[in-house]
Amino acid sequence: MFAYVVKRLLSGVVVLFLISMSVFLLFWYGPSEPAQTICDRDTSNRCTPARLEVFRENLGFNNPWYEEYGTFMKGVVAGREIQFGSTKVFECPAPCLGYSYRTKAPVFEEMKDRMPATFSVAIGGAFLYLTLGIPIGVAAARRRGTVTDKALVSSFLVISSIPYYLFALLTWLFLTISWEIPLFSETGYFPITENPAKWFSGMALAWFALGAFGCTTYTRYSRGSMVEVLNEDYIRTAKAKGLRDNTVVYKHALRSALVPVITIFGIEFGTLLAGTIFTERIFNIDGIGLWALQAVNQRDLPVVAATALFGAAVLIISNIVVDVIYSVLDPRVRLS
Amino acid sequence: MTITSPSSASSPTDVDGPYLQVEDLTVTFPTQDGPVQAVKGLSYSVELGKTLGIVGESGSGKSVSSMAVMGLHDAKSSEISGSIRLGGTEIVGLSESRMRKLRGNAMAMIFQDALAALHPFYRVGDQLAEAYAMHHPKASKRDGRRKAIEMLDRVGIPQPDRRVDDFAHQFSGGMRQRVMIAMGLINDPSLLIADEPTTALDVTVQAQILDLLQDLQREFNSAVIIITHDLGVIAEMADDVLVMYAGRCVEFGTTKEILTRPEMPYSWGLLSSIPEVGASTDARLIPIPGNPPSLLRPPSGCSFHPRCSHRDKVPGDLCFTELPELTPASNRAGHLKRCHLPNPEEIYLTEVLPEIAPDLAEETR
Repeated sequence: MFAYVVKRLLSGVVVLFLISMSVFLLFWYGPSEPAQTICDRDTSNRCTPARLEVFRENLGFNNPWYEEYGTFMKGVVAGREIQFGSTKVFECPAPCLGYSYRTKAPVFEEMKDRMPATFSVAIGGAFLYLTLGIPIGVAAARRRGTVTDKALVSSFLVISSIPYYLFALLTWLFLTISWEIPLFSETGYFPITENPAKWFSGMALAWFALGAFGCTTYTRYSRGSMVEVLNEDYIRTAKAKGLRDNTVVYKHALRSALVPVITIFGIEFGTLLAGTIFTERIFNIDGIGLWALQAVNQRDLPVVAATALFGAAVLIISNIVVDVIYSVLDPRVRLS
Repeated sequence: MTITSPSSASSPTDVDGPYLQVEDLTVTFPTQDGPVQAVKGLSYSVELGKTLGIVGESGSGKSVSSMAVMGLHDAKSSEISGSIRLGGTEIVGLSESRMRKLRGNAMAMIFQDALAALHPFYRVGDQLAEAYAMHHPKASKRDGRRKAIEMLDRVGIPQPDRRVDDFAHQFSGGMRQRVMIAMGLINDPSLLIADEPTTALDVTVQAQILDLLQDLQREFNSAVIIITHDLGVIAEMADDVLVMYAGRCVEFGTTKEILTRPEMPYSWGLLSSIPEVGASTDARLIPIPGNPPSLLRPPSGCSFHPRCSHRDKVPGDLCFTELPELTPASNRAGHLKRCHLPNPEEIYLTEVLPEIAPDLAEETR
């Protein structure tokens, strides 16, 4: 198991390396001219050609791309120094993902500051939609064909066919604005270390929106998977042994039914961790997603690159975790 | 506790007569196209120490009737009427919780495909111990494990103390079926239902499994129902045979009777369609023409008439209009058949036997 995880992590590093290179190339040959943008901003739109040239030189746009990519990678491993059109030299310690063009702060530090917010949203939301979705799905599967089952399935289908951003906006409009529910009065991220209660109430609406919306999907997945498993021969065997219904369902059937649900969860949770742009934007949570959105709008290339890399890393890790969970659930899966 | 002394929980209270008595059992599944009667008016009984073989094609109601005995049909999607008495207790309409105490305890079932019927994620030992613990609430975990090893040993699995921690997929087909049998017998059931226990196995392993079942039956003195479509299995195992067609019993009798003097054209068809390794080259393999009938719209009269090649020998159109009663056969006690033919014994000897076994026909003449 340990060797397997190490192997997967190493191949993950290779994937990250390839992604970093493609992101780098996209910027290099992309349509926007970062030096122009940053020069305009720095000089309040009085960018002279001479000034522009200084920025070009500083940001390395006069060198061939592979040389600059080398500098970038060296920065990740050992840190480097960065200049922004003036004589002032910024120290960027390893792992250096560059300086933000906009805030002139090290990208990695900014990312570290925003991670807790995104992790709070993602973990809380995922916890809610799993703890709601799976039991509801199991309950529906046990009552398949009944009115309860049909009502659940069709109402959840309606919810999940609403676009998520609309759903999130509506929850905010109703719960915070119209009904003025105190718990949801102030959304946003407040560090848990400073004020846990405030952290909780700030996150609550985002969790609710993610949980209520996500659980509809997980209800459908786990219901479908459960219905299938309940028809398996080994479930009949379990009943023939005289086991209680709950033992049959939760011990024998659920473990098998979870396997496909975990697969989907692994992929989705990775995306969630990489930044839930809509959630963060609507509920004003200063996390990775919101940061990425701002960076794209402002052509803050180092930040865009960092968020892309972060998303890739998170996906790789959650895939490894899913594979490990597989092998725990299903003994026929051998990790090697 | 040793395996040979049946536990008090599963030993029958003083009952006269057969341990299992099924009377007029009807199982109906309501479907969108209308009710499907999978079993109609089925009656049979099995005594302790005896084996009843139930034969028939797929869809003839063999498994459905046995699942009804086990109470494994979902109450919401099936209707069961008639009477099933197990050791003197009526189990049709018994509450689910009381039924659960019998299931896997007083009666157990062995399923066909052991790979599918064992849970792929749990160690076989844990699955066995679970069955034991369910009906022995006071037993500790170690008792359960010891019992599991003991049972694996009893059904002939080598190194049971090591194999107990293996998963189903790590066993060979025959060994897996042995595990299945061990699980069925772990609580010393008085009634064991084996649903095509050897169908998925190759011939040599089949013989081993059948031998094992016979040994165990002698040891446990349980009543056994063996469901199969293989008359070879019947010949080896069963004391009595029940031939089912389209949900009904069409012929019943001792194994010897049914195999040597069948009186119902469907039973003839079953016998005719067995290939025999040492058969003379004159012997023909005659399939039963057509397909099993739809249970949604069963044929009028005798369910078998659309496929019956002897229906012309019945006067009038009785076969088309009237369902034959289950009546005593020509001359032997206990032999029942459901057929309008007036002289089945004669037809069998003069027409059927010469075709399927010419040498035998010579002898009888």
